[in-house]
Amino acid sequence: MYNPYSLEGKTILVTGASSGIGRTTAIECSKMRARMVVTARNEERLKETLSALEGEGHRMLLADLSKEEDLDKLVSELPKLDGIVNNAGFTKTLPLQFIKREQLTELLNVNTVAPILLLHKILKKKLLNNESSVVYTSSIAGLGLTAPGNAMYTSSKGAISAYIKNAALELASKKIRVNAVCPGMVNTGILELGTVTASQLEEDEKKYPLGRYGEPRDIALAIIYLLSNASAWVTGTNLIIDGGISLK
Amino acid sequence: MDLNEFIANFADQFEDTDSSEITAATEFKNLDEWSSLIALSVIAMVDEEYDVTLKGDDIRGSVTVMDLYNIVKSRS
Repeated sequence: MYNPYSLEGKTILVTGASSGIGRTTAIECSKMRARMVVTARNEERLKETLSALEGEGHRMLLADLSKEEDLDKLVSELPKLDGIVNNAGFTKTLPLQFIKREQLTELLNVNTVAPILLLHKILKKKLLNNESSVVYTSSIAGLGLTAPGNAMYTSSKGAISAYIKNAALELASKKIRVNAVCPGMVNTGILELGTVTASQLEEDEKKYPLGRYGEPRDIALAIIYLLSNASAWVTGTNLIIDGGISLK
Repeated sequence: MDLNEFIANFADQFEDTDSSEITAATEFKNLDEWSSLIALSVIAMVDEEYDVTLKGDDIRGSVTVMDLYNIVKSRS
């Protein structure tokens, strides 16, 4: 069957695969016939992801990517890769005057430093095949869209959205492509944090020109495009997937 | 937990509103300066000063500063 988006024959690593966009991306990639390596911190939830994958030959590796020794251990256990989805991340909403070094450092460590170092370590070990694709989950926040209390998150994603351009240029000679997806608000359990109320979210959702928040699958399918050979001429791009909210 | 201290900490989140305008009976959402950012500041202040996690719904369900004080007190 004709399918330019097929991932058949590719081995793909997804970080933050125990929930949200990461889990859905891993599952959708497996449906496109990729062989998956999934990683996250939580064993129980990562096992759920692993068991939801279609096809054979998938693996899970536990790692807390904010720890240098975990990063090294993960890389030492990786097979040769054709794709990496750097997705692990979190957010913390704090107005400027409440920002503290500890929280800022923790957030930058997970969202910015770890995914940059992971690619560095994989390259150093020559585990990334030529013509591979590396995808980062950034955010429309990383492109300068603002929200109250979002400054720490914005900083962490802004760095990634700039980083991919330099990485793309440096790796172009190997035909390795580096891109980011920049989602708007995606339904991934943000209500559980409790900082915002259900009615606030309902009001906010109405502002989206396409009438709804994103679902993890909306982002996963864009990541599949960037991982597949269909995007062979696309590198250094921040792909906005936001229901049109950044048009306002 | 001291009510006056809580009111002072609450009033501290405002820039343009004079602290004398804010009492236990103040219906804080009616203050001109009230905003979603100040709501976030109040949540962060309560976390920092009282080690209590205030939810958005707690703010939504409160009318006066006293209402908020009672919630924080019941959890601290």
